Amino acid sequence: MQEILQNLLNGIAVGAIYALIALGYTMVYGILKLINFAHGDVFMLGSFVGFYAGGYAARHLPSTNGALGWGYAGLVMLIAMSVCGLFGFLNERIAYRPLRNAPRIASLITAIGVSFLLEYGGQFVFGADPKFFPTLVEKHLINFGGVTTTNYQIIVLVVAVIFMGLLQYIIYGTKFGRAMRAVSYNFETASLMGIPTDRVISMTFIIGSVLAAVAGILYGLSYPKIDPLMGIMPGLKAFIAAVLGGIGNVPGAVVGGLIIGIIESFVGGSQFSNYRDAIAFIILIAILLFRPSGLFGKYQAEKV
Amino acid sequence: MRKNAIIFISLAVLSFGLLGCPPKEGGGAGTGASGGADILVGEYGSMTGPQATFGQSTHNGIMMAADEVNAAGGINGRKIKVLSEDDQSKQEEAANAVTKLISQNNVVAILGEVASSASIAAAPICQSAKVPMITPSSTNDEVTRKGNFIFRICFTDSYQGEYQAVFADGWCTANNKPKNVAMLTDVKSDYSQGLAKVFSAKFGTLGGKIAGTQSYANGDSDFHSQLTAIKGTNPSIIYVPGYYTDIGQIAIQARDLGITAPLLGGDGWESPRLIEIGGKSLEGCFYTNHYFYADPSPVVSSFVQKYKERYKQTPDALAALGYDAMKTLADAMKRAAKLDGPSIRDAIGQTKGLVGVTGTINIDANRNATGKKLVIEEIKNGQLTLKATIDPATGGKVVMNDGAAPSTTPSTATSTTTH
Repeated sequence: MQEILQNLLNGIAVGAIYALIALGYTMVYGILKLINFAHGDVFMLGSFVGFYAGGYAARHLPSTNGALGWGYAGLVMLIAMSVCGLFGFLNERIAYRPLRNAPRIASLITAIGVSFLLEYGGQFVFGADPKFFPTLVEKHLINFGGVTTTNYQIIVLVVAVIFMGLLQYIIYGTKFGRAMRAVSYNFETASLMGIPTDRVISMTFIIGSVLAAVAGILYGLSYPKIDPLMGIMPGLKAFIAAVLGGIGNVPGAVVGGLIIGIIESFVGGSQFSNYRDAIAFIILIAILLFRPSGLFGKYQAEKV
Repeated sequence: MRKNAIIFISLAVLSFGLLGCPPKEGGGAGTGASGGADILVGEYGSMTGPQATFGQSTHNGIMMAADEVNAAGGINGRKIKVLSEDDQSKQEEAANAVTKLISQNNVVAILGEVASSASIAAAPICQSAKVPMITPSSTNDEVTRKGNFIFRICFTDSYQGEYQAVFADGWCTANNKPKNVAMLTDVKSDYSQGLAKVFSAKFGTLGGKIAGTQSYANGDSDFHSQLTAIKGTNPSIIYVPGYYTDIGQIAIQARDLGITAPLLGGDGWESPRLIEIGGKSLEGCFYTNHYFYADPSPVVSSFVQKYKERYKQTPDALAALGYDAMKTLADAMKRAAKLDGPSIRDAIGQTKGLVGVTGTINIDANRNATGKKLVIEEIKNGQLTLKATIDPATGGKVVMNDGAAPSTTPSTATSTTTH
């Protein structure tokens, strides 16, 4: 029983990170029908910005017990979010916008190209050795009823939920969100109605990249080993999470991420732990065979 | 349009230029009998990637030994030149690196790798090209079985694994714990799988029980689920034969889950970064190693001193083994009738009583080094300390290094000094 609860908890903590990344995939798909394969690498970029910003702070600031403390942790996250947001904007502006009217396969291949550029450019700039993420806040063990967790897992959950709530508010509570939904529903009509589609698309990329940066920081906090290729697996799994939830569907991405995280956690703790990475792909195949629109996807559903 | 065309043409020219370049070092300099030309020796290793410190330390050791040999007159008047290739800690890259060294650079011998999987991938290439290969530190038994051109100068896993089991058994008895060990192994590593097999077999014959085996793949970040399963079996020791990058993270996550049992591993833990990564979580954990850096014997201390002067850091075991491997190769090349593959191979095979930093090197009929010493190190207060020594020359008993027990091996004195 304890083991089940423990696995559930671990799974939710990983799943929350997958969910944050999956949101970026699903939003961009909802608006542009483009799978932005570079998204997992933006997540890596977020981790590295956090690594350098946090490392700089740790060298130049008095720290308590080797940890930076909440204020600076927030600042590090803000810096990572800004850099990734800017990258997301430039990425769309430079790589995808010129291909807006080209066949969709051209954008897809460009996305793969951007992904490789980030991965191998990252190896060139940051070096291929793994780096170790600085301690942003002090770690505590929390024990209840035989289930042990750390304040890190709780931070991951709380921060993830805050940002998902924020996204939900932006999409359904603001004028910009309405514009996003309109563009997602019908690109051409929306532009005829005077919606600045290019700006909406830019913003979508920025928001997605900012969420990836948040995921990158949370990941670095929980799993301090980071390297330029770290975005590949979480990126693929987040993509599967988005497909599982119904690509283009925002709550679906969150649920998909959590489901993948929890399933992986249970498989990893069983005798089939070798197959932990394979299970996500088995899910992908099953979903594509039996319910291609995903758990929450409906044809012609409102997509953002 | 015009501009694009210019860019395209210049790119095309550039790429042809790069591809068309003849290899700089090739030209038969190595195989030619011309008196003064340098002797080309190839080295492949993980200079980058998750096992980066393995390759870097080994490289430092090799270069230091090569410079010493050259300063002392080289190989019968000719200097050794080491050509290094980075395999990025990937076994397929190891195969490419060795192919390049042999076919383009015409090296006469190859040194490398640390990770057994990489050595196993590269060995058949050396074997079929009849270029002798010495691995400084691949311990998996399979490596030297790849052919009669493949040698090793470190101990094997069937040796290391047995002593780990003996040590685990003794530790459980001494601390009044049930002989109950959980294993966490790396499915992608021949080294990890080989050690786990030897360890569990030996531990079983000693009356111990393997409570459960979980696995991961190197490069994983999340070990919570496997460790949760391990925690349920309540082991006295967790046996983790893996590489340092993963070990640090496994230790942290084990402590996060409230597991207090010590981790036990092998020489794959050896890295200056191990404690940097794992920090306090590694306190009280043990691993077997090839040498202890604070060993007061003159061979070791003079090596450590020279290395520190040159590289401003303490040499780890892989640096010591890289150094010994180069010295072994140089010794063989001096004795070889000709500087071609078969002659050098025969000379390496006849290596007897060569005094190295990691012990005396004798190559046996299976092309393995026999009678090598083994140390067990414990991490205490963020430092490596000597826990026990096993020396086959004095009967192969586990001699604990706790000051009380008299040491039967005078050369490895009883000091827990840390620098």
